[in-house]
Amino acid sequence: MNMKILICISNVPDTTTKIKFVNNNTTFDTNGVQWIINPWDELALTRALELKETIAGAIEKITVINVGTTAAEPTIRKALAIGADDAIRVNAEPKDAFFVAYQIAEAIKNEGSDIIIAGIESSDYNGSTVGGMVAELLGITSVSSVSKIDIEGGNVVVKRDIDGGSEIIGVQLPFVAIIQKGITKEPRIPSMRGIMMARSKPLKVLEPATAKALTEFVNYELPAAKSACKMIDAENMKELVHLLHTEAKVI
Amino acid sequence: MIRQAARDFAQRELIQDVIERDYKGIYPAKHIETMRQLGFFGMMVSPEYGGGGMDAISYVMALEEISKIDSSVAVIMSVHNSLVCLGIEKYGSKLQKDKYLHDLTSGKKIGVFLLSEPEAGSDATRQKTLAEDKGDHYLINGTKNWITSANSGSVYMLFAQTYPEKRHKGINALIVDKDSPGISLGPKEDKMGLRSSDTHSVMFTDVKVPKENRIGEDGFGFKLAMALLESGRIGIAAQATGLAAGAYERSLQYAKERKAFGTEIINHQAIAFKLAEMAVKIENARNLVHKAAWLKDQGKDYLLAGSMAKLYAADMAMEVTTDAVQIHGGYGYVREYHVERLMREAKVTQIYEGTSEIQKIVISRALSKGL
Repeated sequence: MNMKILICISNVPDTTTKIKFVNNNTTFDTNGVQWIINPWDELALTRALELKETIAGAIEKITVINVGTTAAEPTIRKALAIGADDAIRVNAEPKDAFFVAYQIAEAIKNEGSDIIIAGIESSDYNGSTVGGMVAELLGITSVSSVSKIDIEGGNVVVKRDIDGGSEIIGVQLPFVAIIQKGITKEPRIPSMRGIMMARSKPLKVLEPATAKALTEFVNYELPAAKSACKMIDAENMKELVHLLHTEAKVI
Repeated sequence: MIRQAARDFAQRELIQDVIERDYKGIYPAKHIETMRQLGFFGMMVSPEYGGGGMDAISYVMALEEISKIDSSVAVIMSVHNSLVCLGIEKYGSKLQKDKYLHDLTSGKKIGVFLLSEPEAGSDATRQKTLAEDKGDHYLINGTKNWITSANSGSVYMLFAQTYPEKRHKGINALIVDKDSPGISLGPKEDKMGLRSSDTHSVMFTDVKVPKENRIGEDGFGFKLAMALLESGRIGIAAQATGLAAGAYERSLQYAKERKAFGTEIINHQAIAFKLAEMAVKIENARNLVHKAAWLKDQGKDYLLAGSMAKLYAADMAMEVTTDAVQIHGGYGYVREYHVERLMREAKVTQIYEGTSEIQKIVISRALSKGL
């Protein structure tokens, strides 16, 4: 077997970050932001480690790849601390989904990865496109909405949730698995030993290939602030109807 | 990353049953197993002995995060790391290190520190437990008090008197296996706080300990105890800082949500000023703890800094947790909101591993010597 797993990881703001924009709402304000591994990618890494640990000889190596600047390195080191064997960073600002997918495809052409895993979306822009694009650019199969990934008798089997049920698919390698939550229970906490070892694990930095971003961020908008909640006495149906009609204008 | 890992562990795992464990006095066996896997035991021990090889700064950050949720677990970790692991690694023989350190760093065995006696608390020179020299072994008789992890732990670091006429210069430190014949435990103490950790008195009746288990030269025991408590204080100061920070974080959150007189209570100066004072105190304590840990990492003298950190952090934790209960009002007085437990946990940090009064003696003596 000796499969190689490659996991695409995004460096995203912590999910509790207070989102702010600057430069006339054209730039995300990164001031004071805590960066984390995209939660889906972290689950993918955890699942890959489970496969490596539970099925002897199945997985030779787990690599993580990120398209980002040096600012993303703490996040990459965390992935190494959790248990990835090595890492690749493509040294570029991740401009848009196509740009990122192109860089990943170029960088891993010669890696010989058997299973490439991408989270179904990243918790910052939620574009849900990088995984599919990587597969297309490499000319290989992709399976989306994967909620389970297993190795049975040397073959990779994935489960997809579909409307009203699920389907089990056997896949040819190499392929891209675009995974969603449920792939494993919860992300693994790095051990103290893992954190120390991560400092000396290989992190290869590649210069980006020439590629254009296909989209441009024109402007950001915050959702309208939630207005205050108005409490109406349970007995006072008349006023409720009145307010729904005149103020909320929903009936 | 270490702080984050400890935080994730505490907020994800410890929080789940911390109230029930405290109420019923249940030992955190499941969590100790997870901490074992995550490598929280033997964090500072060299990798040669299976430790994490981390510095004291990393250690106090981990301890602070765990203490925000659960000081029972923090004290088990602190005694194990700051006292027992350090003592054996730094002062033990090659034989002792090979025999005990691997099991301690992997967390397979938990370390226990036995110094206090029914009549020797702050005045640790008055050890009554005897370790008679019988040629190839010591014969132990006596009673130790307030022993953390006495039942759950198994590597005992015992202090006992070999030459009573020499007073504290006659004390020896011995590594004793808990299963040795002649050791029996008193009932589990019914404590005010830290109820999830097991504290017992330990009775020794004609317990034989091989000579090779003595740490250091004949009569080195008291010096060892003092040196280890110097390190232990940093751990307890980190614990006090953590539990105060835990109480503060809950209070801040509560004050932003709870309304009184038509507005969130954080908009009332009486509450807002309390929170401001709490935040400053915690920051002060944290800086003292980090300074002491940094000095330790640099190989510099940290007696004064560690003692200052312990004194300030413990007294501060008592004040901050009391204020936290006050901010929560009636809710603060019930278990569900955690702060009453943190207040009970704070109290012991002023007592164990050197009372606040003892810290003042240490500090003033150090000052008079011009340290």
